[in-house]
Amino acid sequence: MRAGLALIAGAVFGLGLLVSGMTDTTKVQGWLDLFGAWDPTLAFVLGGAIIPMAVAWRIAARRREAVLGGPIAAPTDAKITPQLALGSVLFGVGWGLSGLCPGPALASLSFGGWQGAVFFVAMCAAMIAQPRVTAALAGVR
Amino acid sequence: MPLDWVWGLVGGLMIGSAAALFLLMNGRIMGASGLLGGVLDGSRRGPARSEALWFLGGLIGAPLIWHLLRGAPETQLTSNVAVLIAAGLCVGFGTRLANGCTSGHGVCGISRLSLRGVAATAFYLLAGMLTVWLFRQFWGVI
Repeated sequence: MRAGLALIAGAVFGLGLLVSGMTDTTKVQGWLDLFGAWDPTLAFVLGGAIIPMAVAWRIAARRREAVLGGPIAAPTDAKITPQLALGSVLFGVGWGLSGLCPGPALASLSFGGWQGAVFFVAMCAAMIAQPRVTAALAGVR
Repeated sequence: MPLDWVWGLVGGLMIGSAAALFLLMNGRIMGASGLLGGVLDGSRRGPARSEALWFLGGLIGAPLIWHLLRGAPETQLTSNVAVLIAAGLCVGFGTRLANGCTSGHGVCGISRLSLRGVAATAFYLLAGMLTVWLFRQFWGVI
Protein backbone atom coordinates (compact mmCIF):
# COMPACT_ATOMS: atom_id res chain seq x y z
CA MET A 1 0.00 0.00 0.00
CA ARG A 2 2.73 2.46 0.99
CA ALA A 3 4.77 1.37 -2.02
CA GLY A 4 1.76 1.77 -4.32
CA LEU A 5 1.04 5.28 -3.07
CA ALA A 6 4.70 6.24 -3.47
CA LEU A 7 4.60 4.94 -7.04
CA ILE A 8 1.41 6.89 -7.80
CA ALA A 9 2.79 10.09 -6.24
CA GLY A 10 5.96 9.71 -8.34
CA ALA A 11 3.94 9.10 -11.50
CA VAL A 12 1.66 12.13 -10.93
CA PHE A 13 4.74 14.25 -10.18
CA GLY A 14 6.43 13.07 -13.40
CA LEU A 15 3.36 13.69 -15.56
CA GLY A 16 2.86 17.10 -13.91
CA LEU A 17 6.42 18.02 -14.81
CA LEU A 18 5.77 16.99 -18.44
CA VAL A 19 2.42 18.78 -18.73
CA SER A 20 3.70 21.96 -17.10
CA GLY A 21 6.74 22.31 -19.35
CA MET A 22 9.31 21.85 -16.57
CA THR A 23 11.05 19.12 -18.57
CA ASP A 24 11.41 21.49 -21.55
CA THR A 25 14.79 23.11 -20.96
CA THR A 26 13.93 25.94 -23.38
CA LYS A 27 10.98 26.97 -21.22
CA VAL A 28 12.98 26.74 -18.00
CA GLN A 29 15.85 28.80 -19.37
CA GLY A 30 13.27 31.19 -20.83
CA TRP A 31 11.86 31.65 -17.31
CA LEU A 32 15.34 32.37 -15.97
CA ASP A 33 16.09 34.73 -18.88
CA LEU A 34 14.58 37.71 -17.07
CA PHE A 35 16.69 40.16 -19.07
CA GLY A 36 15.97 38.53 -22.43
CA ALA A 37 12.88 36.85 -23.90
CA TRP A 38 11.29 36.15 -20.52
CA ASP A 39 8.80 33.27 -20.35
CA PRO A 40 6.49 33.59 -17.30
CA THR A 41 5.02 30.05 -17.55
CA LEU A 42 6.96 28.71 -14.56
CA ALA A 43 5.37 31.22 -12.22
CA PHE A 44 2.06 29.45 -12.95
CA VAL A 45 3.70 26.06 -12.36
CA LEU A 46 5.06 27.06 -8.95
CA GLY A 47 1.86 28.90 -8.04
CA GLY A 48 -0.25 25.91 -9.07
CA ALA A 49 1.94 23.49 -7.14
CA ILE A 50 1.84 25.52 -3.93
CA ILE A 51 -1.98 25.55 -3.71
CA PRO A 52 -2.66 21.83 -3.03
CA MET A 53 0.44 21.61 -0.87
CA ALA A 54 -0.60 24.56 1.32
CA VAL A 55 -3.91 22.76 1.93
CA ALA A 56 -2.02 19.53 2.69
CA TRP A 57 0.14 21.23 5.35
CA ARG A 58 -3.01 22.56 7.06
CA ILE A 59 -4.53 19.08 7.11
CA ALA A 60 -1.22 17.59 8.28
CA ALA A 61 -1.10 20.02 11.21
CA ARG A 62 -4.35 18.55 12.55
CA ARG A 63 -3.34 14.92 12.15
CA ARG A 64 -1.31 12.78 14.53
CA GLU A 65 -0.03 10.47 11.83
CA ALA A 66 -0.10 9.80 8.10
CA VAL A 67 -3.13 8.03 6.61
CA LEU A 68 -1.06 4.89 6.04
CA GLY A 69 0.45 5.15 9.51
CA GLY A 70 3.75 6.49 10.77
CA PRO A 71 4.73 10.06 11.50
CA ILE A 72 4.15 12.95 9.11
CA ALA A 73 7.40 14.70 8.28
CA ALA A 74 7.56 17.92 10.27
CA PRO A 75 10.55 19.93 9.09
CA THR A 76 11.99 22.09 11.84
CA ASP A 77 12.53 25.50 10.40
CA ALA A 78 16.18 25.86 11.26
CA LYS A 79 18.28 28.89 10.45
CA ILE A 80 19.54 29.99 7.07
CA THR A 81 23.00 28.45 7.07
CA PRO A 82 26.00 29.10 4.80
CA GLN A 83 25.44 25.57 3.43
CA LEU A 84 21.87 26.46 2.43
CA ALA A 85 23.00 29.66 0.71
CA LEU A 86 26.07 28.23 -1.03
CA GLY A 87 24.29 25.03 -2.04
CA SER A 88 21.31 26.91 -3.47
CA VAL A 89 23.55 29.29 -5.43
CA LEU A 90 25.49 26.33 -6.90
CA PHE A 91 22.21 24.61 -7.75
CA GLY A 92 20.95 27.80 -9.42
CA VAL A 93 24.08 28.01 -11.59
CA GLY A 94 23.63 24.41 -12.76
CA TRP A 95 19.90 24.94 -13.28
CA GLY A 96 20.56 28.02 -15.41
CA LEU A 97 23.30 26.34 -17.45
CA SER A 98 21.19 23.30 -18.34
CA GLY A 99 17.55 24.16 -17.67
CA LEU A 100 17.26 20.98 -15.57
CA CYS A 101 16.64 20.49 -11.87
CA PRO A 102 16.60 17.04 -10.20
CA GLY A 103 12.88 16.21 -10.69
CA PRO A 104 12.77 16.97 -14.42
CA ALA A 105 16.19 15.32 -14.89
CA LEU A 106 14.63 12.08 -13.62
CA ALA A 107 11.34 12.58 -15.49
CA SER A 108 13.08 13.21 -18.83
CA LEU A 109 15.51 10.27 -18.59
CA SER A 110 13.47 8.30 -21.16
CA PHE A 111 13.48 11.05 -23.79
CA GLY A 112 16.40 13.33 -22.88
CA GLY A 113 18.84 11.48 -25.15
CA TRP A 114 22.54 11.11 -24.38
CA GLN A 115 22.58 14.71 -23.18
CA GLY A 116 20.11 13.93 -20.41
CA ALA A 117 22.12 10.84 -19.48
CA VAL A 118 25.40 12.77 -19.23
CA PHE A 119 23.75 15.39 -17.01
CA PHE A 120 22.14 12.68 -14.87
CA VAL A 121 25.38 10.74 -14.32
CA ALA A 122 27.24 13.94 -13.34
CA MET A 123 24.41 14.91 -10.98
CA CYS A 124 24.37 11.47 -9.31
CA ALA A 125 28.17 11.44 -8.96
CA ALA A 126 28.08 14.83 -7.22
CA MET A 127 25.23 13.68 -4.96
CA ILE A 128 27.28 10.66 -3.86
CA ALA A 129 30.45 12.74 -3.42
CA GLN A 130 28.85 15.67 -1.55
CA PRO A 131 28.81 14.25 2.02
CA ARG A 132 32.42 13.07 1.68
CA VAL A 133 33.68 16.31 0.12
CA THR A 134 31.94 18.41 2.77
CA ALA A 135 33.35 16.23 5.57
CA ALA A 136 36.86 16.42 4.09
CA LEU A 137 36.65 20.22 3.81
CA ALA A 138 35.42 20.47 7.40
CA GLY A 139 38.39 18.35 8.47
CA VAL A 140 40.84 20.74 6.78
CA ARG A 141 39.49 23.76 8.61
CA MET B 1 2.03 28.68 -27.41
CA PRO B 2 -0.62 31.06 -26.10
CA LEU B 3 -2.01 28.39 -23.74
CA ASP B 4 1.33 27.67 -22.10
CA TRP B 5 0.27 29.25 -18.85
CA VAL B 6 -2.84 27.03 -18.66
CA TRP B 7 -0.69 23.90 -19.06
CA GLY B 8 1.75 25.37 -16.55
CA LEU B 9 -1.05 25.81 -14.04
CA VAL B 10 -2.52 22.34 -14.69
CA GLY B 11 0.91 20.70 -14.44
CA GLY B 12 1.66 22.72 -11.32
CA LEU B 13 -1.56 21.53 -9.69
CA MET B 14 -0.54 17.94 -10.53
CA ILE B 15 2.91 18.47 -8.99
CA GLY B 16 1.36 19.95 -5.85
CA SER B 17 -1.21 17.14 -5.65
CA ALA B 18 1.57 14.55 -5.86
CA ALA B 19 3.40 16.30 -3.02
CA ALA B 20 0.17 16.49 -0.97
CA LEU B 21 -0.52 12.80 -1.55
CA PHE B 22 2.99 11.76 -0.51
CA LEU B 23 2.82 13.93 2.63
CA LEU B 24 -0.65 12.90 3.83
CA MET B 25 -0.59 9.22 2.82
CA ASN B 26 3.06 8.29 3.42
CA GLY B 27 4.03 11.15 5.71
CA ARG B 28 6.99 12.04 3.52
CA ILE B 29 8.34 15.20 1.89
CA MET B 30 8.36 15.12 -1.90
CA GLY B 31 11.83 16.45 -2.59
CA ALA B 32 13.42 15.01 -5.73
CA SER B 33 17.03 15.68 -4.68
CA GLY B 34 16.47 14.30 -1.18
CA LEU B 35 14.76 11.13 -2.43
CA LEU B 36 17.39 10.45 -5.11
CA GLY B 37 20.39 11.60 -3.06
CA GLY B 38 19.31 9.67 0.02
CA VAL B 39 19.10 6.47 -2.02
CA LEU B 40 22.45 7.10 -3.72
CA ASP B 41 24.52 8.02 -0.66
CA GLY B 42 22.90 5.38 1.56
CA SER B 43 21.53 7.83 4.13
CA ARG B 44 17.98 6.56 3.51
CA ARG B 45 17.38 3.11 4.95
CA GLY B 46 14.51 0.71 5.52
CA PRO B 47 11.02 1.82 4.47
CA ALA B 48 12.22 5.36 3.71
CA ARG B 49 14.55 3.86 1.10
CA SER B 50 12.06 1.46 -0.46
CA GLU B 51 9.34 4.13 -0.68
CA ALA B 52 11.84 6.52 -2.26
CA LEU B 53 12.69 3.85 -4.85
CA TRP B 54 8.99 3.30 -5.67
CA PHE B 55 8.51 7.06 -5.98
CA LEU B 56 11.52 7.36 -8.30
CA GLY B 57 10.15 4.44 -10.34
CA GLY B 58 6.89 6.30 -10.89
CA LEU B 59 8.73 9.53 -11.65
CA ILE B 60 10.85 7.88 -14.37
CA GLY B 61 8.25 5.33 -15.51
CA ALA B 62 5.18 7.52 -16.09
CA PRO B 63 6.98 9.86 -18.54
CA LEU B 64 8.45 6.76 -20.23
CA ILE B 65 4.92 5.40 -20.82
CA TRP B 66 3.80 8.84 -22.08
CA HIS B 67 6.81 8.83 -24.41
CA LEU B 68 5.89 5.39 -25.80
CA LEU B 69 2.21 6.29 -26.29
CA ARG B 70 2.40 9.88 -27.45
CA GLY B 71 5.93 10.44 -28.71
CA ALA B 72 8.84 12.27 -27.15
CA PRO B 73 7.93 15.45 -25.28
CA GLU B 74 9.68 18.69 -26.19
CA THR B 75 13.13 19.31 -24.73
CA GLN B 76 16.21 21.11 -26.01
CA LEU B 77 19.07 20.09 -23.78
CA THR B 78 22.42 21.45 -24.89
CA SER B 79 24.91 19.12 -26.65
CA ASN B 80 27.89 20.89 -25.09
CA VAL B 81 29.39 18.09 -22.97
CA ALA B 82 31.38 20.44 -20.74
CA VAL B 83 28.25 22.45 -19.94
CA LEU B 84 26.24 19.27 -19.28
CA ILE B 85 28.83 17.87 -16.86
CA ALA B 86 29.40 21.20 -15.09
CA ALA B 87 25.65 21.74 -14.74
CA GLY B 88 25.04 18.21 -13.46
CA LEU B 89 27.83 18.52 -10.88
CA CYS B 90 26.52 21.91 -9.67
CA VAL B 91 22.93 20.66 -9.41
CA GLY B 92 23.90 17.42 -7.64
CA PHE B 93 26.35 18.95 -5.19
CA GLY B 94 24.34 22.13 -4.57
CA THR B 95 20.98 20.48 -3.89
CA ARG B 96 22.51 18.01 -1.44
CA LEU B 97 24.51 20.72 0.35
CA ALA B 98 21.40 22.92 0.59
CA ASN B 99 19.30 19.86 1.46
CA GLY B 100 16.67 20.55 -1.19
CA CYS B 101 15.82 21.67 -4.69
CA THR B 102 12.84 23.11 -6.57
CA SER B 103 10.42 20.48 -5.26
CA GLY B 104 11.61 20.27 -1.63
CA HIS B 105 12.51 23.89 -0.90
CA GLY B 106 10.32 25.40 -3.62
CA VAL B 107 7.00 23.54 -3.56
CA CYS B 108 7.05 21.91 -0.10
CA GLY B 109 8.93 24.74 1.67
CA ILE B 110 7.19 27.83 0.30
CA SER B 111 3.73 26.26 0.78
CA ARG B 112 4.34 26.12 4.54
CA LEU B 113 6.08 29.52 4.49
CA SER B 114 9.35 27.97 5.63
CA LEU B 115 12.07 30.57 6.01
CA ARG B 116 14.68 28.16 4.66
CA GLY B 117 12.49 27.20 1.71
CA VAL B 118 11.83 30.81 0.74
CA ALA B 119 15.50 31.78 1.19
CA ALA B 120 16.79 28.78 -0.81
CA THR B 121 14.34 29.55 -3.63
CA ALA B 122 15.46 33.18 -3.72
CA PHE B 123 19.11 32.08 -3.90
CA TYR B 124 18.70 29.53 -6.68
CA LEU B 125 16.34 31.73 -8.71
CA LEU B 126 18.73 34.70 -8.57
CA ALA B 127 21.75 32.50 -9.31
CA GLY B 128 19.90 30.86 -12.21
CA MET B 129 18.83 34.20 -13.70
CA LEU B 130 22.34 35.61 -13.37
CA THR B 131 23.81 32.47 -14.96
CA VAL B 132 21.47 32.58 -17.96
CA TRP B 133 22.14 36.30 -18.38
CA LEU B 134 25.94 35.90 -18.27
CA PHE B 135 26.20 32.77 -20.37
CA ARG B 136 23.59 33.83 -22.93
CA GLN B 137 24.07 37.56 -23.32
CA PHE B 138 27.85 37.80 -22.84
CA TRP B 139 29.44 34.48 -23.69
CA GLY B 140 26.75 32.96 -25.89
CA VAL B 141 27.46 29.45 -24.57
CA ILE B 142 23.85 28.44 -23.87
